[in-house]
Parts: sequence; C-alpha cells; structure tokens
Amino acid sequence: MSEHVSRRTALAKLGVLLNAAVAAILAVPVIGYLLSAIERKRGYTAWVGLGPLSQFPQGQTRLASFKNPLRRPWDGQTADIPCWVRCVDSQNFQVFAINCAHLGCPVRWFPQSQLFMCPCHGGIYYADGSRAAGPPPRGLFQYPYKVEKDQLLIKAGELPTLATYPATQSAGGNS
Amino acid sequence: MNRLKAVGDWLDQRLQIGPAIRDAMFHRVPAASASWWYVFGSSAFLLLMLQVVTGICLALVYVPSGAQAWNSLQTLNHAIALGWYLRAVHGWGSNFMVALVFLHMTQVFLFGAYKYPREFNWITGVFLLIFTLGMAFTGQVLRFDQDAYWGLGIGASITGRIPLIGAPLVHLLLGGPIIAGDTLSRFFDLHVFIIPALLLGLVGIHLLMVLKLGINEWPMPGRVVRRETYLKQYDELVHKDGIPFVPDAIWKDMVFGAVVLLAVLACAAIFGPFGPSGQPDPTIIQTLPRPDFFFLWIFSLLALLPPGIETPVILIAPVIVIGLLVLLPFFSGEGEKSWRRRPVSVMSVLLIAVSLGILTQLGDVAPWSPVMNAWSALPVPMQYLKGRSALERQGAIVFQDKQCRNCHALGGSGGQRGPALDSVATRLTPDQLIRQVLQGGGNMPAYGKNLNPAEVTALVSFLETLHRPGQRPARDAAESGLPAIDSGQPAEH
Repeated sequence: MSEHVSRRTALAKLGVLLNAAVAAILAVPVIGYLLSAIERKRGYTAWVGLGPLSQFPQGQTRLASFKNPLRRPWDGQTADIPCWVRCVDSQNFQVFAINCAHLGCPVRWFPQSQLFMCPCHGGIYYADGSRAAGPPPRGLFQYPYKVEKDQLLIKAGELPTLATYPATQSAGGNS
Repeated sequence: MNRLKAVGDWLDQRLQIGPAIRDAMFHRVPAASASWWYVFGSSAFLLLMLQVVTGICLALVYVPSGAQAWNSLQTLNHAIALGWYLRAVHGWGSNFMVALVFLHMTQVFLFGAYKYPREFNWITGVFLLIFTLGMAFTGQVLRFDQDAYWGLGIGASITGRIPLIGAPLVHLLLGGPIIAGDTLSRFFDLHVFIIPALLLGLVGIHLLMVLKLGINEWPMPGRVVRRETYLKQYDELVHKDGIPFVPDAIWKDMVFGAVVLLAVLACAAIFGPFGPSGQPDPTIIQTLPRPDFFFLWIFSLLALLPPGIETPVILIAPVIVIGLLVLLPFFSGEGEKSWRRRPVSVMSVLLIAVSLGILTQLGDVAPWSPVMNAWSALPVPMQYLKGRSALERQGAIVFQDKQCRNCHALGGSGGQRGPALDSVATRLTPDQLIRQVLQGGGNMPAYGKNLNPAEVTALVSFLETLHRPGQRPARDAAESGLPAIDSGQPAEH
C-alpha cells in the first residue's frame, strides 16, 4: 500500500515538474516579447530632415519639428517632435531637444532675453543651451546634425533623458 | 414566501456558500467598534466598485490609441448622451477613492489596528494604497492630453536618473524610445488589466483577513497588546460585549457609503469631467504641464529639492517610505493601541499631513515656475511710470521686453521665481544692480551678453526708482561712511 502512495506522490511531483518546465518554456517568449521595447542592436535613431537651411537665419533660434523616424500609424500627433535650431553661422548649428534636462518639460525660447525657460520647475538656459538657473543638472540635450544638399538633418528618434543621452553630448555644461 | 425559501434552500444545498455568507454577515464585532470611525474602508471598497462599473462603461467608447484617444474623449464629453457624466463620475470617484484610502490608513494607524495579529492586513493595505495611486496616475495618462504627454516625459526623466539600467527602464516604461502610441497602450494595459486585477485580488485577501481575525477593537489607553494574551482577550471581548455585524454595525457603513457616493455624483454633476486639456501634440509648446491634485506634492518636491541631492532623494526616498510602511507592524507589533498613549504616532501623522498640505498648496501656486507670458501680458503698474524721466520709462520697457517680469513681480503681479522688485532700490545700490543684471547670481541668469550699455543704463535707472515714497535708496556704506544697516531707512528730518 505504502508503495502505491509513494508512486502516486512521485507522479504528483512529476506533474509539478512538468508544469514548471512548461511554465519556463512559456516564460521565454513572454519575457522576450515584453522586453522587445528595449533598444535593439541597430538602435532607434536615424537621420531626419528639418528643412532647407534658408528656414534657419543666421543668429536666430527657431522652432522646427520632424516626424519621429521609428513610428507607428497609430501614434497620431505624438509622432511630431519639436526641437530648437540655433544657427550660429551658415554652417554651424546647435539643435536642442525640446525637453528640459531636469524632467523633460518643453522649454520655450525667448529671443528678447536670449533665454530658454521651462514652465514646469523653472529651469533656465542660455542661447547656447548651457544651464543658466534652476534645477536642471546640465545644459539642454543636443542632437547631432549635418548639412546635406542645403538641408539640415539631425540624428533623432529617442526621448532624451539623463540615461538615454550620455553626458558628453552636453550643450556647454555648467558654465 | 415559502416558495422563495424553497428556491433559496435548493440553491444553498448546491452552492454550499450559505454558511460562509451567514458567518460573514452575523460574525460578532466588538460593540464599540461599530463606530463612525470604522466606516472609511468599506466606502473605499464601494468606490472601487463604482470605478469598475463606470470604467467598464467608458471602455465602450474610449479608444486606447495614440491617434484617437483624445478624440474619443471629446466624443464622450460632447457627442454621447451622458458620456460627460460617466467621465465625471469616474474622475471624481477616483479623487474620492484616493482621499478615503488615505483617511482609512490614517484611522487604522492612529487606532493601532496594524498591531498583532493584523500585521498582514496592514501590509496588504500599504500595497492597496500604492495600487490606488497607480490607478490614479495611469488614469491621468489615459486622458492622453498635454498634461498626460508631458507627465509621461517627467516619469521617463525620473526613470532615466536610475543608475546603470536607466536607459532600458525608460524604454520599457514608454514601450519604445519615445512617448507615442505604444506608451498609451501599455498604460491602458496597466490601468484596465494589471492594476485592477492586483487591486481586486488584494482587496479580497484584505477583507477575508478582516473577517477571519475580526475588526480591531476600540483602543483603550492601558489595554496593551501582547502576543501571548491578545487572541484570548479579543475572543472574550467579542463574546461578552459583541454585536452581530449585520445589522447592528453595518448600518453605519451603509449610511456613510451612500453619503460618499452621493457626494461623488453631486461633484460630478456640478463640476463635470476632468479635461481633457489640449491635444497631445508635442509641437504645441505653449503649455503648462501640471499633474492631478494628488500628485501636486510630488511636483513641488521636484521643484524644491536642491539639485545636488535631487536624484538620490527621488530614487531612494520612495523605497525608504514604502519600506518603513511595510515594516511598521514588525517594529511596533505590540503595545499600546490608543492614540492617547502614542504621541510620536500622532505627531508623525500631523507632520505628514501638514507637509503634504503645504507641498500641495505650493504645487497649486508653483512660485518656482516663470510666468511665461508676464512680460507681454502684465503692464507695468501706473505708479511706477508717473512722473518718471524718459530714461527711466525706457528702462521699464527694457524690463518688460527682456522678460524680467516672468520671474520678478511688480505691484503684486508677475513671476515669483525671483524676489518682487517693488522696493529693490532700497536693497541694492546702483552698482550692485548693474552687477546683478550683468553677472546674474543666486538663481538669476547673467544678462551681460543680452543687454547693450544703453539698455543697462536705462534698466538700472528704472530699478533705482523702485522704492516706496519717502524711502531712501540703498547707498554704498563705504562711500557714505554710514553703517550699511542704515541704508533703506526712511529719511529723518
């Protein structure tokens, strides 16, 4: 009799083991699927056009926008990303992310005082993107840019945060 | 009547849940616990049910798509019969639920109900609070307006401050590299499937434990909880001085619950639904992102923390706070239950309440935010222009044009980021004014590169006029030979 019980107990244990194995197999695709949002090898960013150079007069800082390179049909308006373009001279630009380096709110440019101001927690930046006042830990994030066939292009596609943008790309830092 | 009883008996025989229901209904509770102080938990549960019902109704129309969510809310507000009211009830129900969960928690804490043997009830309660706040935040995201969009940016920016794994966590949170359609989809998933499932499951355990362990007795000063004796004492109390839950105790829960629900329905009818504010178009940067009421205190903290300690505080403080709450019954599982004998607990509650209240109030005013349109929208008060020279008036123009007003108030209006300048001339000498304007300092940017010498002269001559009549402007102590403390005093004749 006890032999029977131990055999059934063993079979029950086998059942548990079998289900654990199935759960482990199932977990692989589920976790893989869930983690698919995390950066793939080729990255998220791509070169996108901001328009002809004539839109960005020398010495001025203007709002531009681009379509996020990695987008889905159901993104709607969220696929349109703004940025600030500062034309230093005909070939030298600074393209700043709209997101405050503090917590990502949209900074606004005031040409009269030559300052960027953030409406959330009061971060202030100078025209070159360096931090002027307030809580931001660094200057505005900058996109890499290039000029091709009289068009201004930037490498974009990722929300800039302290983690997703290395500190070396700081715009002037704390001056 | 007999037929009804027959049907009931037939069902009871097959379902076999009659005894359990009867046990739950007629279990004895301490007579003193049938109090108006013990009604918050049940009405929080009632509100959860209201949220489930109204949420299911809203999901009939709401489209969880980045491109359509905002439009579907407009449809609910304006094109569907009573859609606006269902949204309003859901929104106000959420506010009331957060408030009642906080009330319930405060009452449980002050009445020592978290002590032996109800430790696990407290711990599940802590997670119920977290999930309730999680529902409030994800619900705010589903409103998918400008506040939601930039609120997500703030969430991502905080996540991005986590060392080493910040970047993958940001992408996991947003469902990709940037706030977009997939971000909304995963917050929909959280708000509609994941958190509600956790919430309902935990509420079930929470309630089951209240039934199994019994409701907390009314705390009496001097009646000390001891692990060895408590269960016996409680059992005696319930048998000696107990009353059946139904109907002797439940009527207060039902009356209070009905009043709370009526208040939600009335608020919804009077104040209407929350938003949505502007459409989630990030290129519309003329926006003032603000969180919902219950997160205003976090908004304040994020503005007021010194930058140097901000990252460690926002990453470590939540862990410490949640850890302390979870561990509370383990380092205070016995002893006095009465608030009369627990001054530290009472002071802690007061301290937390006052801090949250002040931070919420500050978050509502947001004195740290520049008033983005003050320079063009608020005129310089008349009394600062009357009888002034052309140069001084020119200075007033420079003052407005250079957006000084966005951070500095004049005549009570303007930004509060920097000090009000109505009497700045009594605080700073002309030389100090020039230096402050050109070099900045404190929390003020340097204007040296953005002002030409003529503008500086005009601006400073305007600022020099800013003092009350009769007050003397600040003077350089070294030049006048007087102690600096004398400057700014009214002239004596």
